[in-house]
Amino acid sequence: MLTQALFYFFAGIAVLAALMMVTRRNPVASALWLVGTFFALAAIYTLLGAFFIGIIQILVYAGAIMVLFLFVIMLLNLGNAFEPDFRSTVWKVVAGGASLVLLALLARMVGAGVPTLAAEGGVDLVAAQVAEYGAVGAIGVPMFLDYVVQLQVTGLLLLVAVVGAVVLAKRKF
Amino acid sequence: MLPLNAALFLSAILFAIGTAGVVVRRNAIVLFMCIELMLNAANLAFVALSPLAGIDGQVIVFFVIAVAAAEAAVGLAIIISVFRHAESVDIRNFSLLRW
Repeated sequence: MLTQALFYFFAGIAVLAALMMVTRRNPVASALWLVGTFFALAAIYTLLGAFFIGIIQILVYAGAIMVLFLFVIMLLNLGNAFEPDFRSTVWKVVAGGASLVLLALLARMVGAGVPTLAAEGGVDLVAAQVAEYGAVGAIGVPMFLDYVVQLQVTGLLLLVAVVGAVVLAKRKF
Repeated sequence: MLPLNAALFLSAILFAIGTAGVVVRRNAIVLFMCIELMLNAANLAFVALSPLAGIDGQVIVFFVIAVAAAEAAVGLAIIISVFRHAESVDIRNFSLLRW
């Protein structure tokens, strides 16, 4: 019961902060509201039983990626004397309509898709894995056994991204 | 036990808000933040389904976070180099190669 109340509390915070992120004119305010969304999502991950993903969400997303965004906003001096960057009313109507259609489609999929998945019965499997390996090992063991190729490709991607970011952000190229 | 439908519906709401932000805003950095929000909505769906469909969902969330970090680094570097050229991060300056 408490878990459900906490879930709805953090879900409300996440949606509110996401709306504020989209509607604030100041990029710094947008970034800080997005950090709020990430913290609420980390709490929801923890409530859903994904403790390691919740920690990683705070460390990597709220800690590293958003600090990178804020650094770039400050480096380009966009925090003051920012120009209003909303599109015209027609675009706002298009955006509202598009997101409503998307929401309706996704909600329909949610309503239709879940009962078939519930029949799979993997809850005990996940609980057994967490009990055997711990919260980190339950993710780490399949990552290093079943997803080795993907892991190596991700490492290569990160290397390429770092080199590319340095090359792009250098003065002359 | 949490309501799975509520988590998936929250994921849909966050994804729709991110889509609306991408359509409405013109500041390239805010666009990036909206895309990060959409990635997080997809992550939430993966995590919410992982107790039913197996632990693999959480492994994939880990990969999504790694790819999002790489994307943010490269994308912000591109924004910096465009800002040097045009003195602005408005995406109307990004349309030189469009047609």
